[in-house]
Amino acid sequence: MRAARGQTIAAHGALLLYTVIALFPVFVILINSFKTRKAIFREPLALPDPESFSLIGYQTVLKQGDFFLYFQNSMIVTVASLFFILLFGAMAAFALAEYRFRGNMLMGLYLALGIMIPIRIGTVAILEMMVATGLVNTLWALVLVYTAQGLPLAVFILSEFMRQVSDDLKNAGRVDGLSEYRIFFRLVLPLVRPAMATVAVFNMIPIWNDLWFPLILAPAEEVKTLTLGSQVFIGQFVTDWNAVLSALSLAILPVMALYMVFSRQLIRGITSGAVK
Amino acid sequence: MTALVLEGVSKSFGKTQVLHDISLTVEDGEFVVFVGPSGCGKSTLLRIIAGLDTATQGRVLIGGQDVTDVPPAKRGIAMVFQSYALYPHLNVRGNMALGLRQENQSKAVIDRRVSKASAMLSLDDFLARRPAELSGGQRQRVAIGRAIVREPKLFLFDEPLSNLDAALRVNTRVEIADLHRSLSASMVYVTHDQTEAMTLADRIVVLRDGHVEQIGTPMELYNNPINRFVAGFLGAPSMNFLERSVDVPTGAVLGIRPEHLRLQDGGQTAGTVTHVERLGGDTNLLVTTGAGERLVVRLFGQHAIEVGTEVGLGFDPADAFLFGADGARLPAAAG
Ligand SMILES: Nc1ncnc2c1ncn2[C@@H]1O[C@H](COP(=O)(O)OP(=O)(O)O)[C@@H](O)[C@H]1O
Ligand SMILES: [Mg+2]
Repeated sequence: MRAARGQTIAAHGALLLYTVIALFPVFVILINSFKTRKAIFREPLALPDPESFSLIGYQTVLKQGDFFLYFQNSMIVTVASLFFILLFGAMAAFALAEYRFRGNMLMGLYLALGIMIPIRIGTVAILEMMVATGLVNTLWALVLVYTAQGLPLAVFILSEFMRQVSDDLKNAGRVDGLSEYRIFFRLVLPLVRPAMATVAVFNMIPIWNDLWFPLILAPAEEVKTLTLGSQVFIGQFVTDWNAVLSALSLAILPVMALYMVFSRQLIRGITSGAVK
Repeated sequence: MTALVLEGVSKSFGKTQVLHDISLTVEDGEFVVFVGPSGCGKSTLLRIIAGLDTATQGRVLIGGQDVTDVPPAKRGIAMVFQSYALYPHLNVRGNMALGLRQENQSKAVIDRRVSKASAMLSLDDFLARRPAELSGGQRQRVAIGRAIVREPKLFLFDEPLSNLDAALRVNTRVEIADLHRSLSASMVYVTHDQTEAMTLADRIVVLRDGHVEQIGTPMELYNNPINRFVAGFLGAPSMNFLERSVDVPTGAVLGIRPEHLRLQDGGQTAGTVTHVERLGGDTNLLVTTGAGERLVVRLFGQHAIEVGTEVGLGFDPADAFLFGADGARLPAAAG
């Protein structure tokens, strides 16, 4: 009993320590975003006090006008990409897991290949294609690229989970006359919800934070993403630290909101179960 | 009208053939049990009958109609699965009604059939519950209810009792037998448990490695097994097979059921009791013969026999079977 408690304390200690380390940079960004420029440099680790408190960073960011647009663009790109990754990933995974057809194995391997090959290698070709199709400087360009980038891992993870969904359940649906689509959407998808949430969380952060593809495929003002938009505050000679820190603080919020949504799904999925 | 006809059904997964040329008939209202050890192809055969898997060769006729190319929902069958396979997102009523909704039955018909089935299976108090809120036995009854409401031409059961605990298994077995009587429906029931087969079946189909070994009523198979496999598979404790302890032609094996052996000094064989199972109503003796073969003797009632006792064993030669080295039954039993 005592040993168990000791272990519990040790485990919690380790977790707490890790949390503190992981959250420290975020914490520093947050407190400094509420300070005057001088205070940021004088005492970067001090909390804002009445003297050093300032909203100048946020004012700059919000005055920058297009910030909300960038915000919206990032949100659209991230949510749309996640939607397509989950939809097409799950469908491909279901086909691979459920149906026996010639080339099933090969197709699975081919789809998994993308996990090992970074999509950025193909940037030039992608840019050429986007130019040819007239998608440069549209959000679609980003959504398509991110969907392609996310699919391999999604198919890989989801097909593994779908193989574990009870055959009896799917067969019961077939005997009752459900179409394959209803079986997929109503019976299988809810049961692999935790896996879907995992895939979503894995994909969300890189998409939200990506600078590379927005810079190359969609640098125009009206389709800039938040990460790209925030770059205006980072100059070659002067950097508006108040604005950068404020923009970063604001950028955390939607990711956190999305994360909450997915993690709740994750937990609900784990606890609902009960096929048997 | 015949409920089910299988004509030369074979099935291969890639290069491995799991069903070999299976032909059989299930009459209207008949309860037929497919029995065989795990992995012999029972579920595969049932899935082919249901249309969930396609046969590599052969035809399936249900109610006189060739359904080889008909999807499961249009075959007039209903199936009960080993793992219950209830829809987790629907309550008990929804689980039972889904198949009928898919058939576009009217709400009145659905309500009538669901309440009839739920009354029959004592599920009235649980209609609004989700599967996760039910016990194993209740879930299995819902699964059976889901089959009943379809009013199918043919019921298919795939080891429906194997996830239940022993007491519940006996109860549910009786319920299924009752159900068969009250619905007078045709049923195909798959199990690896010979007791279920013997107690439920009008006729038993014994399968081994994808081959039909023998078809017949439980007593036909018990009294007249066609080979050593069937003889050993049906009956519990299972038949004793002796090569050296009794007088048999070389290469042949004598089979004698535990209940046909009796304690008898100067009988056909003798041995030492190595273990005694006292069941109250029965006593099972495990005996090792002088030739080193082990056999089981089933005695009715209670007997004060201790481990280590030397016993003589006798039997009526008419109760014994003789099998060749390949397992096939030989015409006459030796004494
Ligand atoms: N989808 C499948 N692919 C390959 N082999 C299979 C498949 N389904 C079943 N089998 C094989 O077919 C044989 C019979 O399986 P099954 O019908 O489930 O046996 P049972 O129900 O009698 O235990 C087994 O050897 C099993 O490995
Ligand atoms: Mg089986």
